[in-house]
Amino acid sequence: MSGRWRRRGFLERTVEGLYEAMERALHAEHSAGGGGLLQRLDARVKVAGLLSLILASALATRLWVIAAVFALAVSLATLSLISLRTLAARVWTGALTFTGAIAVPALFLTPGAPVLRLPGLHWTITAQGLTTASYLILRVETAATLALLLVFTTPWTHVLKALRIFRVPVVFVVILGMTCRYILLMLETAHEMFESRRSRTVGELTGPVRRRMAVASAGVLLSRTFQLSGDVYLAMQSRGFRGEVYVLDEFEMTRLDWAALLAFAALTTAAVWAGR
Amino acid sequence: MLFELDRLTYRYDRLTALDNLTLSIPEGSRVALLGANGSGKSTLLRILDGLHFPHAGAIRFRGEELSEERFAGDEFAFAFRKQVGLVFQNPDVQLFNPTVFDEVAFGPLQLRWPKAEVRERVAEILDRLRIAHLKDRVPHRLSSGEKKRVALASVLVLDPAVLLLDEPTASLDPRSQSQLIDLLVEWGGGAKSVIIATHDLGDLEDIADRCYVLDGGRLVAERTPAEVLHDRELLERTNLAHAHRHRHASGEMHSHPHVHGE
Repeated sequence: MSGRWRRRGFLERTVEGLYEAMERALHAEHSAGGGGLLQRLDARVKVAGLLSLILASALATRLWVIAAVFALAVSLATLSLISLRTLAARVWTGALTFTGAIAVPALFLTPGAPVLRLPGLHWTITAQGLTTASYLILRVETAATLALLLVFTTPWTHVLKALRIFRVPVVFVVILGMTCRYILLMLETAHEMFESRRSRTVGELTGPVRRRMAVASAGVLLSRTFQLSGDVYLAMQSRGFRGEVYVLDEFEMTRLDWAALLAFAALTTAAVWAGR
Repeated sequence: MLFELDRLTYRYDRLTALDNLTLSIPEGSRVALLGANGSGKSTLLRILDGLHFPHAGAIRFRGEELSEERFAGDEFAFAFRKQVGLVFQNPDVQLFNPTVFDEVAFGPLQLRWPKAEVRERVAEILDRLRIAHLKDRVPHRLSSGEKKRVALASVLVLDPAVLLLDEPTASLDPRSQSQLIDLLVEWGGGAKSVIIATHDLGDLEDIADRCYVLDGGRLVAERTPAEVLHDRELLERTNLAHAHRHRHASGEMHSHPHVHGE
């Protein structure tokens, strides 16, 4: 752990982490603006298509079918100009770590035909255990890859709007969008507060001092949040908001979108049929 | 008369923001509300926009009293919102939609304009403010100047007869400030009413034909811009001008009361 991190309290590290996540969201926005295959598709097609593939991989009971859907996800990533290195760093490693923690015990605990005995430990890996772990890991990797493809190739605002095809109420989508937007704003404010304090702080702070500062910062942020929410409501009222939200649907389906939708439907059907 | 305020008082808890204010704003006028920070300018704009209501006294818009009861009905509220638009000082409070296009379309949609007309008018105003290239951008990723323009577009798209602006040139670079002033001067061909809260006196004579000077929530002067700019005692007393050391082109270094923008 570096000295830079040692000087920061829990709250500050959390805010910094969230702020970095926000920066990554910005990166995702750049990817979404790229000229790859998925970037050219209507957000609704992507939401429907990628979610149906996730569902197909979850339902499949044959390993090769899940592997095929995973290969399809990797191909889509390549066609959408998303590097395999990015996928490995952002998805595969994390998913493998978390799923591995669950899957590894299954290798030894699932009863079945022995495949390998670990020297020294005398633990036996069973064929059934290997299959169970493979299913779990491959399903999670496939689902995570497909979900990240959606996030990487679609501005989050379009993802929210596309939710409306699933009959999510307009007011819910609008509130979700506003929540994301103002969380980002408050994170920026918190980040600036911590930077400003760091620029005026010399040496190590003691635990109690750091805690007092964290409480003070939380109080200031809470107060600003209240003020901001009041002002936002006034700004909405000022432009005619009367409790019901009216929005534009800016999506337009092109031939490519229809073709992609058919392809997604055909692939999902094939995966579900083959994976029975 | 466009607005009439009659002994109006407004308080935030125990703090009196506006104190026994009486003033009239005629139709078609360009008014500057002048005053230092905390003088009550922003609160007054919110009262003029029917967002806050007085604790004492009254406010009338074209002869009709503005009160919470009047705004409870859709008919009056929609009619008023179509006529009066407010651009907030902090654009972040005004930009809450997913894209710039959605942001500008928000007002017309809430006022139940037909969608085809909304699309047409939004595209038109984005072009006019030279921000059409930002239409698909997420508003919170924009620069301060761009945010101000989008916030302005989101109100101008409604083509209100009365435009209220809270510190419109704050945090803008000099070029953007100048472009904004030009736009406000030209807007509506001079037939619209514009009420601007500011403490920047630089472009006062361009943007206003009447000034109301506020201090501690009270009206302390009602003058023409030229009269205000030449009343040093008033400007110093209301913290709109100050003495500080500066160097002239001749190299002479001295201090005297100084109006920014002069």
